[in-house]
Amino acid sequence: MIRLEVKNLKKIFHVHTQGGIEVTGFNDINFELKKGEFLSLFGPSGAGKSSVLKTLFRTYTTSGGSIIFNKDNGESIDISRVNESAILQLRKHDIGYVSQFLHILPRVSAVEVVSQELMFKGESQSTSILKAKEMLDYLSIREELFDLSPLTFSGGEQQRVNIAKGIIAPKSLLLLDEPTASLDKNNTMKVIQKLQEIKKEGVSMIGIFHDLEAMDLISDRVYKLSRVK
Amino acid sequence: MILDIKNLSKIFGKTCDMCLDETGAKPNSSICPKCKSIVGVNRVNLSLYKGEVLGIVGESGSGKSTLLQLIYQDVKASEGEIFIKHFKDKEGKTKNILDANLNELGDLRNSIMSMIYQNPRLGLNYQFSAGGNIAEKIICSGVKNYKMIRERALYFLDKTEIPNSRIDDYPEYFSGGQQQRIQISKALSSNPKILLLDEPTTGLDLSVQAKILDLIKELQHEIGFSMVVVSHDLGVIKHLTDITVVMKNGQIVERGLTDQVLEDPQHPYTQLLVSSIL
Repeated sequence: MIRLEVKNLKKIFHVHTQGGIEVTGFNDINFELKKGEFLSLFGPSGAGKSSVLKTLFRTYTTSGGSIIFNKDNGESIDISRVNESAILQLRKHDIGYVSQFLHILPRVSAVEVVSQELMFKGESQSTSILKAKEMLDYLSIREELFDLSPLTFSGGEQQRVNIAKGIIAPKSLLLLDEPTASLDKNNTMKVIQKLQEIKKEGVSMIGIFHDLEAMDLISDRVYKLSRVK
Repeated sequence: MILDIKNLSKIFGKTCDMCLDETGAKPNSSICPKCKSIVGVNRVNLSLYKGEVLGIVGESGSGKSTLLQLIYQDVKASEGEIFIKHFKDKEGKTKNILDANLNELGDLRNSIMSMIYQNPRLGLNYQFSAGGNIAEKIICSGVKNYKMIRERALYFLDKTEIPNSRIDDYPEYFSGGQQQRIQISKALSSNPKILLLDEPTTGLDLSVQAKILDLIKELQHEIGFSMVVVSHDLGVIKHLTDITVVMKNGQIVERGLTDQVLEDPQHPYTQLLVSSIL
């Protein structure tokens, strides 16, 4: 089953505050992603890898082309065209995004941040908290930190909380922007292993890695982007 | 769709045929060149679905608060239509709330919508105690049993972290942040479908602001009402809302997902606004 079809995708930024100059984010991106497949975006800095992910999540608008998301029930949705309410529904149920940085509410504890994802899916509170703690523990977050806000954690710890949040109740498509960027070797391997597990469960993923070894381990395919001219 | 606004306009002053066409974002003016009337809101179209949180941003004078007041019927619109899912005529068809009679208007404001004002003085009656204020709203929404009213008032005071022992104190005996929380209790006590917030945390210090925003967010998650939030603080908008519209000179110049409006703004004015974040 094809989960995502990206055709002739293009992004141009019009910078009105700079006299209306146009900056090309990326051009003519084409790929298909199957259910349970992992595609890596690869290319030099400035090639538009993160911009592609943000466009797929509709954080960026599309300047041309289409992004067709196919649900399990046969429904197809063009992410670049549907209204905001439809995107909110997709983000709630179907598409997850793990960024390089942790975007969470301040004053919410690490366990809550992670367990909330399970509770959204209808899991009971006690089970959710138990599973969240297991996941945090697996990703080497010390137990004494569980009840503190991740915003007070180190960069690597924040990143791991972010991953835990992204993969504990995976949606059918997961967008990963440098999920292992600030992790050491040991933790990178743990993350890769978890990603492999959810891939087997049928989760489709698109990822960006700087760590080529990690990329080779998890990727089924690599899509190359070249520097925008 | 829970809220559907069509071609809504508000003109302050006498109206002429040029008012709406000659004002707005493009002419960069809210003042009609012919009759000098001030156009507060200019042909606004807006829709909101159940459980969604909509943010309205824009500079002072862009019409965002006026738009909210038009929805809550604090101010009568000059033209346009507003439909709310739960407001129906006798045949069961949704009815334009601008056509509501006084009785229906009371019903709308008491049980379908609630407003939280920037200044708690506008939302609270200072002649009544904290509990009395909440009771007033609950009674107006149709509950008449004393025990139920008292219980519900205590429940919401508890939710907003006002000690139960202070239920009989008057609003002026509370701090500004506490008064704001009483106003929130009052607004939520009628179990509204739509909550309107006009600069709910402006003028409060940072820690109180954070507490109030957390509280609103938590209650919204828990109860699931829809919300329209007016704020000039993009931090508040980012924290609370899913969808954002940007207003300028009475018109909506951009609408999008909140993260999209903040990260990839399209309209020149929105780009200026976002680039001005400290």
